[in-house]
Amino acid sequence: MSNCCCDNNYNKESLLREIMALNFAVNDLVLYLDTHPNDNRAIRMHNEYSEKVVKLTALYQEKFGPLTVNFTSDTWDWIDEPWPWERGAY
Amino acid sequence: MYYYVKSLQYPININHKNPKLAKNIISQYGGPDGELSASLRYLSQRFGMPDQKSKAVLNDIGTEELAHLEMVGTLVHQLTDGVSPEELEKAGLGPYYTDHGWGVYPQAAAGFPYNAVSIAVKGDPVADLTEDLAAEQKARATYEKLIDLCKDDPAVVDVLRYLREREVVHFQRFGEALNGVQEKLYQRNYYLTGGNNNNNNNNGCGCNNR
Repeated sequence: MSNCCCDNNYNKESLLREIMALNFAVNDLVLYLDTHPNDNRAIRMHNEYSEKVVKLTALYQEKFGPLTVNFTSDTWDWIDEPWPWERGAY
Repeated sequence: MYYYVKSLQYPININHKNPKLAKNIISQYGGPDGELSASLRYLSQRFGMPDQKSKAVLNDIGTEELAHLEMVGTLVHQLTDGVSPEELEKAGLGPYYTDHGWGVYPQAAAGFPYNAVSIAVKGDPVADLTEDLAAEQKARATYEKLIDLCKDDPAVVDVLRYLREREVVHFQRFGEALNGVQEKLYQRNYYLTGGNNNNNNNNGCGCNNR
């Protein structure tokens, strides 16, 4: 995971890869915190990654199309292919 | 509630066909130790859990298993997409093609359809969490067998290794949740035998000690 999140350094694939990595980190921290709710270091990591993934998801949706159904657009981009299970959908 | 995120949990882009592998991998879609079993087991058991940790762990691992179900389905789809019926038959998928074409049907490697008999929901937290520990080990073992059978296909093995590792993490979390439940049960025993609130006056034994 790079520490850079300047808007111009991303192409579609690298931005999605970073979002996927952050979502993974958040998910793993969630499972850990479910059984270690008093681990402040893990809570701080969860806060940091959550904040970052929210920002990058918004950036991705603005530039490349929807990742969730919460997006605004003049055209119905949700049905754009490829879907995640199809080849070429990083 | 659930809503969809239009990405996999871990990227899968298999650019070649390999229906032979798909025939075995489909077991982790709809077989007894597969991801459908896992998600349905945990998301159903969570309703019967007694404490904060076990409810959260079952809810959140059950949700992750749905993402894994999607990944296994993706593997099967990409390994068979564009494969001709003749090639499918050569790979032993003739009967599968007859009933399901290029769809992904929840079944075990041996061909029997998904069956909820492969999961238990006992409504007993110790019984359920102990089953979950075994389920994670069985899923890990299945992924290891699949890795043995897919050795020649590194792109597939990479995904299977990722899924295997998640089972190891889940096993750890279920162990911690089980410890929490057992601590809670011991506490209750302590209070019951300590008898502070329950039998102040009328304890039914005729004595006035408490």
